[in-house]
Amino acid sequence: MSTTSTEPTEPAVTRAATLVALVAGLVFGFGLVLSGMTQQTKVLGFLDVVSGAWDPSLAFVMVGAIGVHGLLRRVIAARPRWSRRPLFASTYQQPARANVDKRLVVGAAIFGVGWGLAGVCPGPALVSSVALAPSLALFAVGLAVGFVVYRATLGRSP
Amino acid sequence: MAWSSFTPFSAAAGGALIGLAATILWLGLGRIAGISGVIGGLVGAARGDVSWRLAFLVGLLAVGVGAALLAPDTVASSSLRGPAIMLVAGVVVGFGARLGNGCTAGHGVCGLSRGSLRSLVATLTFMATGIATASLVRAVFGGAL
Repeated sequence: MSTTSTEPTEPAVTRAATLVALVAGLVFGFGLVLSGMTQQTKVLGFLDVVSGAWDPSLAFVMVGAIGVHGLLRRVIAARPRWSRRPLFASTYQQPARANVDKRLVVGAAIFGVGWGLAGVCPGPALVSSVALAPSLALFAVGLAVGFVVYRATLGRSP
Repeated sequence: MAWSSFTPFSAAAGGALIGLAATILWLGLGRIAGISGVIGGLVGAARGDVSWRLAFLVGLLAVGVGAALLAPDTVASSSLRGPAIMLVAGVVVGFGARLGNGCTAGHGVCGLSRGSLRSLVATLTFMATGIATASLVRAVFGGAL
């Protein structure tokens, strides 16, 4: 861990902000479980389109998520008085990059291979990792290793 | 198609909660609710930038504990894949998500919600390689791996 991070220095995160993040994590996790994203069989049934037993359910997760978040983000982006800035932070941190580059495509392609191999993506894996599922916990360990390896290699260059 | 396992309503309702959670994090903290960004960002995070990430992670894990106790069928208690495959897949997913600047949540939900071209390209890409991998694995190994 280095304290000389290139990220802009955040003002001390308040207790309220931490609590809001906790609530967001709880709601997010509950949504993942309800949606079926934490069930390996459902994810693999969704991705395996040629099996003859395709289960398109998880497409509706995106419909629900984008429906709600797309709409509410639009309301926030219109900047009514109460949303000029985040309630417990100084600025909205929008991703800076706008162009499609090699990193994006290669990274997404690698991510998809792992997703199709395991049948879980990061959020559901973390939720399931504590549910007495050793393989899922191993996936979560691998996830952390992947994060660290990226940071130690390609994550250093801009 | 597998009609018996088709669950569009719970999927959409769960999705709506995910969208709500992403909105809570955006309006509250001005942050994007990408799992790999929030949790992966713990690696090398600046000092004041850690607690909200940990709090989000604790929320996810708490749901896992609750689900395991109250509705064990909803979270995987055994795996369709062997431990070695799962470990390797985890590394691949973690590395790929950071390189591509997002995962199913960051690109597939948050990015698409704000109409990002990068996220559209990323989502189409990981859907394509995910479909290809899952289909190939079943075709070659018959589902057991």
